[in-house]
Amino acid sequence: MQYLDFEKPLADIEGKAEELRAMARTNPGMDVTKEAEALDRKADQALRDLYKTLTPWQKCQVARHPERPHCLDYVEGLFTEFTALAGDRAFADDHAVIGGLARFNDRPVMVIGHEKGNDTKSRIQRNFGMARPEGYRKAIRLMDLADRFRLPVITLIDTAGAYPGKGAEERGQAEAIARSTEKCLTIGVPLVSVVIGEGGSGGAVAFATANRVAMLEHSIYSVISPEGCASILWKDAEKMREAAEALRLTAQDLQKLGIIDRIVKEPVGGAQRAPKEAIEAVGKAIEAMLGELSGKKPETLVRERRQKFLDMGSKGLAA
Amino acid sequence: MNWITNYVRPKINSLFSRREVPENLWTKCPECGTMLFHRELAANLNVCGTCDHHMTISPRQRFAALFDGGIFTEIKVPEPLVDPLQFRDQKKYTDRLKAAQKASGEKDAMLLAEGEIGRTPIVAAAQDFSFMAGSMGMYVGNAIIAAAERAVKLKRPLVLFSASGGARMQEGMLSLMQMPRTTVAVQLLKEARLPYIVVLTHPTTGGVTASYAMLGDVQIAEPNAQIGFAGARVIEQTIREKLPEGFQRAEYLLDHGMLDRVVHRKALKEELVTLIRMLTGQPPAIRGDLAAPAEKPADAPAEKAEAKA
Repeated sequence: MQYLDFEKPLADIEGKAEELRAMARTNPGMDVTKEAEALDRKADQALRDLYKTLTPWQKCQVARHPERPHCLDYVEGLFTEFTALAGDRAFADDHAVIGGLARFNDRPVMVIGHEKGNDTKSRIQRNFGMARPEGYRKAIRLMDLADRFRLPVITLIDTAGAYPGKGAEERGQAEAIARSTEKCLTIGVPLVSVVIGEGGSGGAVAFATANRVAMLEHSIYSVISPEGCASILWKDAEKMREAAEALRLTAQDLQKLGIIDRIVKEPVGGAQRAPKEAIEAVGKAIEAMLGELSGKKPETLVRERRQKFLDMGSKGLAA
Repeated sequence: MNWITNYVRPKINSLFSRREVPENLWTKCPECGTMLFHRELAANLNVCGTCDHHMTISPRQRFAALFDGGIFTEIKVPEPLVDPLQFRDQKKYTDRLKAAQKASGEKDAMLLAEGEIGRTPIVAAAQDFSFMAGSMGMYVGNAIIAAAERAVKLKRPLVLFSASGGARMQEGMLSLMQMPRTTVAVQLLKEARLPYIVVLTHPTTGGVTASYAMLGDVQIAEPNAQIGFAGARVIEQTIREKLPEGFQRAEYLLDHGMLDRVVHRKALKEELVTLIRMLTGQPPAIRGDLAAPAEKPADAPAEKAEAKA
């Protein structure tokens, strides 16, 4: 397990327990069970304490944790018969976005999401989850397909943002995002989104303009990265802690503001410590959200989705 | 607002409005460095006489030049919650907002108007880059929705002039949510079969480009306007190479198929009239410098468009 900087006290305790056990292995006469167990309990308590009161910046770090389950892990864990569909039919296939037909509890659906990759090779292949216009255009195509065959669409959000590249701009990054958001608002099938890690600005909205939006407990969803915000407003990228605080990018604040509908509880210590549990919890949330929308007519789904966004902004934070 | 503030000619209006009193009589063209006298500059619609650089123009100034006889009626924008996040960076958001309001004499970064251009009734929206970099917060979102609703009600086209650095960070996710909200507004127009024409002006970037500013039926840009999603500096840092000359400029986008036309500010009015009249099945416009409409401009117009719809 890779420790985050604020997890250092925990790392120390777990390190000691590990050392003790290693010592016992080399000296068969030594009995350290008791001490080691005490340290385990202490570590467990430290973990609980740490994760009970994560600051917004710490949540950013957890949301970006490299060992956190990513889109493909959820697809593998929650869906059967996943059949990836590739390409935007115009330029390329964007590997930062995956999408395709799959079954969710036996029911055919369309699943679309950002994939960040989990080692150097796959991260590069996935462009670190930063989509180019082709990724959004692929998603538009898949949403159209789902709409035509009346399949619910499930999107999994995990991106630092759309890719800021030369080619991406030349091929209309902004237009692709705008059309993807527009497509989200027009399809007559249930559309549910879960922010599983980072919800980075326009690149996230393009998939998350949904009937229901859920966020994992320690995920973030923001108009700009805390570092970006700090460098613009504080003229100092090192002020990201303050920026993370001010931006209200946590699931808890966003639920209060009426921007998201549901928070999915994470295992103690974050999804990265018990991926299976986290994936199951997300599955339950998707099931519940689809349940809330089942039986609704296409025009009702479109109307309610639009109204939901039109109504946004009436709630402030009374903090 | 009473009828006199609505209908008096902006020229008279300007005598009273704080904004029109220039602090500096001379403005330096940011492109070629020529010093330009404020009166000449205003007469030239803030286009540099030497290098033709299109500088920022206030929505009021733009509308005064756009509408026949300079006459337009403002459309009210529903006021959003002020500072819902209680945002504070080095300054409080409410202080930044107040300072911008004081400097501009406007409520926020967008102004709406209805009136006639070349005897063609339209609804217009213009973004104000001088107001907190034209950033899109809840007010701007509300304005675009109000403009679309008004256009639908009057069965008129909507012409939108964009100028923005993107979403307003101080409103956090509520500013980001203006992307879907304004997209809904554009859909209202499309469903009513009303033309939605976007004029991208310098600069239009970020979440604004990635929502209503790229969804027009016709996409026009002013010459040399910077238009893009990510900032050029961010791109250079990401890809670690120098960007080509003219990157993200209107002509570059035109070449890459992202725009329909690049049009000089002075030719815009005529171009808009021509396009709108064809899209709405009206006969060709009468050319020339038209006087203000004789009657109340607000109501008369809709019939022709109605017959079409």
